[in-house]
Amino acid sequence: MYSSNNNRAPMMLKISAATGLLFLHLPILLIFIYAFTTEEKTYQWPPPGFTLKWFAVTWGRSDVWEALGLSVKVASISTVIALVMGTLCAAAVSRSKFFGRETISLLVILPIALPGIITGIALRSAFNLAEIPFSFWTIILGHATFCVVVIYNNAVARFRRISSSLIHASMDLGANGFQTFRYVILPNIATSLLAGGMLAFALSFDEVIVTTFTAGQQTTLPIWMLEELVRPRQRPVTNVVAMVVVLVTFIPILGAYYLTRNDDQIAGHGK
Amino acid sequence: MISSAIYAPQRSGSVSVFSDYCWRNPRMFLFLLLLPPVLWLGIIYLGSLFSLLLQSFYSIDEFTGLIKHEFTLKTYRELLHPANLDIVVRTVSMAIIVTIAAAIIAFPIAYYAARYARGKWKVFFYLGVMLPLWSSYLVKIYAWKLILAKEGILNWFLAKLHLTWLLESVLSIPIIGGNSLSVSYIGTCLVFLYVWLPFMILPLQAALERVPVKLLEASSDLGSKSQQTFRHVLLPLAMPGLIAGSIFTFSLTLGDYIIPQIIGSSRLFIGQAVYSHQGIAGNIPLAAAFSIVPIIIMAFYLWMAKRQGAFDVL
Amino acid sequence: MTISVAFSKVCRYYDDIKAVDKVDLSIEEGEFFAMLGPSGSGKTTCLRLIAGFEQPTSGHIEIFGETAEGVPPYQRDVNTVFQDYALFPHMNVLDNVGFGLMIRGIPKDERNHEAEKALQMVRLSGYGARRPSELSGGQRQRVAVARAIANKPRVLLLDEPLGALDLKLREQMQDELKELQKTLGITFIFVTHDQGEALSMADRIAVFNNGKIIQIGTPKDIYQRPETQFVANFVGSSNIVAADFAGLSDRKDRLVSLRPESIKQVDSNGREAIVISRSYMGGSTRLNVENNGVRLNMVIQSNTGLPQDGEKILISWDPEQAHLLSNDQ
Repeated sequence: MYSSNNNRAPMMLKISAATGLLFLHLPILLIFIYAFTTEEKTYQWPPPGFTLKWFAVTWGRSDVWEALGLSVKVASISTVIALVMGTLCAAAVSRSKFFGRETISLLVILPIALPGIITGIALRSAFNLAEIPFSFWTIILGHATFCVVVIYNNAVARFRRISSSLIHASMDLGANGFQTFRYVILPNIATSLLAGGMLAFALSFDEVIVTTFTAGQQTTLPIWMLEELVRPRQRPVTNVVAMVVVLVTFIPILGAYYLTRNDDQIAGHGK
Repeated sequence: MISSAIYAPQRSGSVSVFSDYCWRNPRMFLFLLLLPPVLWLGIIYLGSLFSLLLQSFYSIDEFTGLIKHEFTLKTYRELLHPANLDIVVRTVSMAIIVTIAAAIIAFPIAYYAARYARGKWKVFFYLGVMLPLWSSYLVKIYAWKLILAKEGILNWFLAKLHLTWLLESVLSIPIIGGNSLSVSYIGTCLVFLYVWLPFMILPLQAALERVPVKLLEASSDLGSKSQQTFRHVLLPLAMPGLIAGSIFTFSLTLGDYIIPQIIGSSRLFIGQAVYSHQGIAGNIPLAAAFSIVPIIIMAFYLWMAKRQGAFDVL
Repeated sequence: MTISVAFSKVCRYYDDIKAVDKVDLSIEEGEFFAMLGPSGSGKTTCLRLIAGFEQPTSGHIEIFGETAEGVPPYQRDVNTVFQDYALFPHMNVLDNVGFGLMIRGIPKDERNHEAEKALQMVRLSGYGARRPSELSGGQRQRVAVARAIANKPRVLLLDEPLGALDLKLREQMQDELKELQKTLGITFIFVTHDQGEALSMADRIAVFNNGKIIQIGTPKDIYQRPETQFVANFVGSSNIVAADFAGLSDRKDRLVSLRPESIKQVDSNGREAIVISRSYMGGSTRLNVENNGVRLNMVIQSNTGLPQDGEKILISWDPEQAHLLSNDQ
């Protein structure tokens, strides 16, 4: 390797990087193909034929709609709670130095740093001890807890970029704390909050491990999916749902990328 | 031109009174900012972890099947039962193998993206890792169920290449083999690897972005072969990224119970043990004690990682 | 005359560091007041104390006779031009300038009209629709000034406002700011580390060092009658020599400051000095000479016959021009 051909990658590196990316993407592409298969009983490859029939069948399935509705509700409420908590935390941690700052960051990151099953079993055992019945709200409690970190990570980076003289300038011009937040801070962090919110939504929408511990009879879409994986009932419907879920999760990811692409750190590292 | 009354600052309303109060008492303001999130995380999350810890010191009455709310180490003794220790060893070995494999596959992608990709290729690589990372976890597992199925694409592909004999001989290896890929450890490992790979690529890429190209040039100028450059320059500099990534792959593998349940043999992993003990058996103390294991392993791992400076690239 | 800003024994400590140490100050309404000093001398902290971004550790501040302690920045009749301009990046120029009026609930039409007027004053009419990121450094600086004066403050604080500009622009802005201050008739308090800027613009200067005010006076006072060695050296350059050497034989124990331009080359009745080095500065030439073992800097007009290095010349000065320094640093 000599410096002159420095900006050209060695062939081996190119091939292994490309293979790695293919490894990441081919299975997802496969989902797209299976959604159109005519085969009902097995996972036969190549598919014996292609049809759009299963989209119509899925469309008519009320259990899928109910699960989807519940997931959207859970994800929306969890995201809103996480937005408030995460923004407050980010504001406090980035704007001032105080004793215990590191502890706060750790506390926020912990629910995602520890395996999901720990968060799940811990919440379940606490609900048991406190004799809280499982419900829609116990799912929210769990989801909001691990969504805080996504908002926090996005917001803290943006908060750090707002120079303190900007806030001073606003106050100097007559804006009190709330007006400064409303007119100066919020417009500057809005896109990062939106990006964080999208990611938090995606995270909650997809979560299954914690949910299995905190849900009672409720079936979120991932739980519906899990049941189909363990005990398949109508495989083609699962195929269609899988494809739709992939497409739906692409939207917030691309959106979050677009909103934060000019930041030093693009959103999404903190899943 | 001296200020007129119209432009005098407004000084009324409870909102502005509160704002003034916060301005005069910045400590109080900070406290108010932190109060909701700290209460939320402190009560719901730390409270739960604490109750988990507490329950691991309870035990279950063998006759009634009810939890005895008395302090005992009996449950931890039960954890040391060979069958349970097996589960721990199995899970930790799997986590180690998955982590190493992920590091090997992640490195070229991360290195290429960090060093050579520019402009739209950079975006391509970025989204190329981001989209699989954020794609539904269950859908990804489902995809592998399709791939590894007997009638699935992998077997079809191997049959086309007349390599079915190879797969069969691999599957006939004891322990890691099995009836088919979808019920073998190889299958479990593949799915773990697939699902957690992006978590290794991102921090590794972040660490590699920070390696100055000059340093690599300096090394090759000094006569290092590319292997030597890799071993003595690139790898040590990438270490914090590798460790950061391994925190994810390790932690996620330790705590997962869905992947081995869907793709794998019937032998349990820690996550499955936790799930089944708390669920069907209702033995929450044992489930709690089981889940303390990954916490201790991760605490040790995080402590090591912190010493290596891995948190700077997170 | 009304006093616009008064400090009495104001201190601001950060742990052990005395950023501002027992400062007494009184600035009159309509005055162009400069706070001059090296970085870390406490001048900017004083400005922030007036703006309300900092609170004094002890002492008392009054702004137009009202106690300032505990009054938030947004309730003070004072506006600031920040060193980094601190323009709001998410607003266009007009909205930046109209920000203070918007906060006060002035209707949009009137607000835009006032903002446009303020932009006119800094000669930026027609720039309202641009974003701060689309402006040059000098233009941003003007927007920052316009934003502050659109609020019609009674005191305008300027924190090293010209620091980031290049020399030509700086000189132009000095004139414009001076003119603006005359038009508005309000108090300008100006922080700078550039003594030339302070001398040319201010009505009065406070020279800061180590958190204390060393001397307050008109530019002429400060330059001609520096009270301490620090002022003599920081404002312009000075020859610091023993009083008896300078010709004030009755004050043996003291030092005096002798400005280079006070020393003249004469044909007769002078002291003999040897030229050590010369530096040509266009209209004038700076000479470094030695007289009785004492090195002196002097300035002569370049159009007269220039002495050579090593040449003996006669020099002289009026002992009245030598200014006695206090024994403090």
